Amino acid sequence: MTLPPDHCLLRLYEEPHDLEAYQGSIPRWCTGCGDNAILAAVQRLCRDEGLRPEKTVFVSGIGCSSRFPHYMKTYGFHGIHGRALPIAEGIRMARPDLHVFVNTGDGDCCSIGAAHWIHAIRYNMRMTVLLHDNQIYGLTKMQASPTSPLGLKSNTTPRGAYLEGLNPLTVTLGIQNVSFVAQAVDWIPEVLYEIIAAAFRHKGLAFVRIIQRCPEWLPKLFEAWVHDPQKILLLAHERGLRVSTSLARIYKNQQQHDPANIDRAREIASILDPIPVGILYWNPDVPCYEDVRHGGQLRTPEFIKAGLEAEFDKFTVWPQEATAAQPNARTGATAARPAHQPPARA
Amino acid sequence: MNDTTTFQPVKDAHRQAPSPAGEKTVTTLAEHIVEVISDSGEGAQRCGQLLGSIAARMGNGVWTVEIIPAEIQPPARSIEGASGNRVRLGSGRVTNGGDETDLVVAFNEQVLIGRVRSGELKPGCIILLESMWRNDKDPAIAASYAETHDWLVAQGYQVYEIPMERECRPHVADPRRGKNMFVLGMLCSIYSLDLPLAREQVSFIFRKKEREVIDANLTLLEAGHAWAAANLDFQYRIPAVRATEPQIVVNGNTALALGILASGMEVCAMYPITPATSASHYLSDVFENVGGVVHQAEDEIAACTFAIGASYAGKCAVTITSGPGYSLKQEAIGLAVMGEIPLVVVNVQRGGPSTGQPTKAEQGDLLAACFGSHGDAPKVVMAVSTIEDCFYSIITARKIAETFNTVVVVLSDANLATSQQPFPRPQFSETWLAPPVDQSPIAEGMKPYDWDTMTGLARRFIPGQPNGMHTLTGLAHDRLSHVAYDPQVNEEAIHQRSLKLAALQKTLKIPPLFGAEDGELLIVGWGSTKGAIEEAVAHLRAEGCRVSSLHLTFLQPLPAGIKEVLQRFKKVMTIEANWCDRPEDEIIDDTNRRYSALALLLRARYLVDVDCWSEVRGEPIRPGTIRRVVRDKLRETGANHDTAA
Repeated sequence: MTLPPDHCLLRLYEEPHDLEAYQGSIPRWCTGCGDNAILAAVQRLCRDEGLRPEKTVFVSGIGCSSRFPHYMKTYGFHGIHGRALPIAEGIRMARPDLHVFVNTGDGDCCSIGAAHWIHAIRYNMRMTVLLHDNQIYGLTKMQASPTSPLGLKSNTTPRGAYLEGLNPLTVTLGIQNVSFVAQAVDWIPEVLYEIIAAAFRHKGLAFVRIIQRCPEWLPKLFEAWVHDPQKILLLAHERGLRVSTSLARIYKNQQQHDPANIDRAREIASILDPIPVGILYWNPDVPCYEDVRHGGQLRTPEFIKAGLEAEFDKFTVWPQEATAAQPNARTGATAARPAHQPPARA
Repeated sequence: MNDTTTFQPVKDAHRQAPSPAGEKTVTTLAEHIVEVISDSGEGAQRCGQLLGSIAARMGNGVWTVEIIPAEIQPPARSIEGASGNRVRLGSGRVTNGGDETDLVVAFNEQVLIGRVRSGELKPGCIILLESMWRNDKDPAIAASYAETHDWLVAQGYQVYEIPMERECRPHVADPRRGKNMFVLGMLCSIYSLDLPLAREQVSFIFRKKEREVIDANLTLLEAGHAWAAANLDFQYRIPAVRATEPQIVVNGNTALALGILASGMEVCAMYPITPATSASHYLSDVFENVGGVVHQAEDEIAACTFAIGASYAGKCAVTITSGPGYSLKQEAIGLAVMGEIPLVVVNVQRGGPSTGQPTKAEQGDLLAACFGSHGDAPKVVMAVSTIEDCFYSIITARKIAETFNTVVVVLSDANLATSQQPFPRPQFSETWLAPPVDQSPIAEGMKPYDWDTMTGLARRFIPGQPNGMHTLTGLAHDRLSHVAYDPQVNEEAIHQRSLKLAALQKTLKIPPLFGAEDGELLIVGWGSTKGAIEEAVAHLRAEGCRVSSLHLTFLQPLPAGIKEVLQRFKKVMTIEANWCDRPEDEIIDDTNRRYSALALLLRARYLVDVDCWSEVRGEPIRPGTIRRVVRDKLRETGANHDTAA
């Protein structure tokens, strides 16, 4: 919007960065927390893509997962509960030259920030959104979240959760302008990395729901899925997730799924068991809001002045005398007196 | 003691126009208030605006207020459907809407009823009424017209029945749509405005239409002018001081939007809300012409956080709202204060609390602006008091926000939002604009919150700056932006953020006093009441009252020197459009009285006994009302003053 991207920082070479270049302070998540796996995958992605740390921003809301930016050595914005997405949208609108990531939890995204989630999908601004979904409020100590399964016992549902859990995938796939939806699990790092990498490369809003274990409050919730590869449904496709041979030996439950097929994507999204893992939907042709809105002008003072003076002209009343005295006033004469009409007092 | 014209029944009550007007004399007036009211869509608004523009070009002072029905499509000929404009014309500068209306043009009798009931019309004032309803085919309408007409006459109004539509018919196919130009012509004749100038202004307004449309409107204008000259038995002249500089005529919301353009800000995020939204309507139309973006967010919180994100990543952004939206933004405002992110928040105040009175004026949000958001969240609060102020304050607000890396709240209100007042066309200055986004590298060893311990100021790190990488957080943090677990660190950060307001305060000057430097009574005000207060004070001083006024722009921080000013007056009183408990109520006393917002602030800060008077009628406070209040206050204090009588 101001200067073209990289105007000030054009470099003829790129410095390679190693993993340490992206590692911020030591994570304070619990041992065994799925967030650690996501952090490792993201740092690897930054290195592999050669992202310049000063050009990369991680935005988060509030919750365990939202501590994520503190553990990166990039720019970060640890905001307020539920509002990571609109903050990220503002950043993206102001600075299309920055890489924008969003880390949000199931409470942050699907409960207090649910309105923003729906509209962010519709805006389709280019950013990588990672939904760390552990199906529980961790930081506030074990309250049911909107994605908690029916019957889950927590401090606010001591006799079990009263309602079916909300399914983030079906919701997201139901929103106009959705362009990239994927699902990963924290315990298959190779797939997690591949999916985040595909999300990062997508030109639009990439929504990745990551099923993430909370060892502190729900240590056994996903045990059955972790220990039985058959309970994972790998979505493979040449335009989606490419499954390596070593992975294929373990995860035999596979399905070919073309991510261009939104109807099938919605069907797959509804499957709770086995857990589908892969890219459910990808449409590179959905326009991005920031591209639609940006004129691409260079905002020089002269440019702004011209626009402003044109507006002043619309509202200027020229005093009678001034009209006669300054027939050639910059725009005044034409504004006040149509050309076909003689001056009031010549 | 009352300044309004004494009620004088008109003897020759049932005036029938056209009446011979042989011995017409031109009465010279210092000022007059004119209303043009009709059903929606009959063009009374355009007529009133044009009258204001023509008078402004003549050099008259003008204040225009829109009369807007609360509903989008009120039924035709209904009491609550009045739509139009109220124009106060003066020989000098006009700073407010004034008191009651002196002359009203009504396209039907029903729209008058509401104006009479709400006390808008001066007793005995002139009413120019479309007379065609008297012979309407529908007997109910004809009867209602006759009944209302007789009632108005019995009330003492000078009613002139004018066959406006009939007179338009020879000139235009659909007289209902052209009547407003006929009326404009009549008013130009009544107020002795220059007809060629009126022709110019009408041609300018319709410049995008076809030649035939322009010609038809000019014909109607001239027909109205000729008709009034020939048929009305009165004519006025309001002497004008010929202005030589071009004037901008816009309402307060348009001025705010122009200020956003001129400030160099690039992102305005908003959610529709009355009465703020018209600023965004206009901005949406033109912001892209200077490379800006108006983002209509999904809600108020998103609008505020979107603006915060844009500010954080580059230049200061702005969000515009009104009362309820301002409440919703509070947590986000606290985030911007905590993260030291520049942000301009415009609150065009309306009646509250809750949904309140969306289209009405009130000054109810001052304390929320100063103290809103939980915890200690120091932010700058300034209030606009004129239409011109709406323009320049946004430029100032942007600069302060970026200099002090904090939130600046700009308070306007529904009164300024829809009022028009000419002000000199601004001369563009590059200093208005924000500099380009700083992308220079951060020197080794610099910290993201390297607070200067005297002022609390620190260089802001902006994404893209090499070596500046850090995570901004709404959590308590230290100079490295690391989360503070140490009680000392938390206190240091609160301390530094607080110092910034003191640093700003050192740069502020107390506004000049209006009136004398000392006296019996000082009126203190803020916001849109400035024009009415100063007009009343000038009037009272001319009568010999020892009263002055002080009008504050910066409410937080308050500039130095105010206490000394307050102490030079025997009594101090604020006049505000927000609630204060009435001392005359049986259970209200010194121990429980709730003061108006500014009075509370002044009492708390300066330990001066500041009284207050307020009104929350949803209408601008009138200068006549202020004169009465001040006289009462002076009498109560036993002040010796001469009155005019």
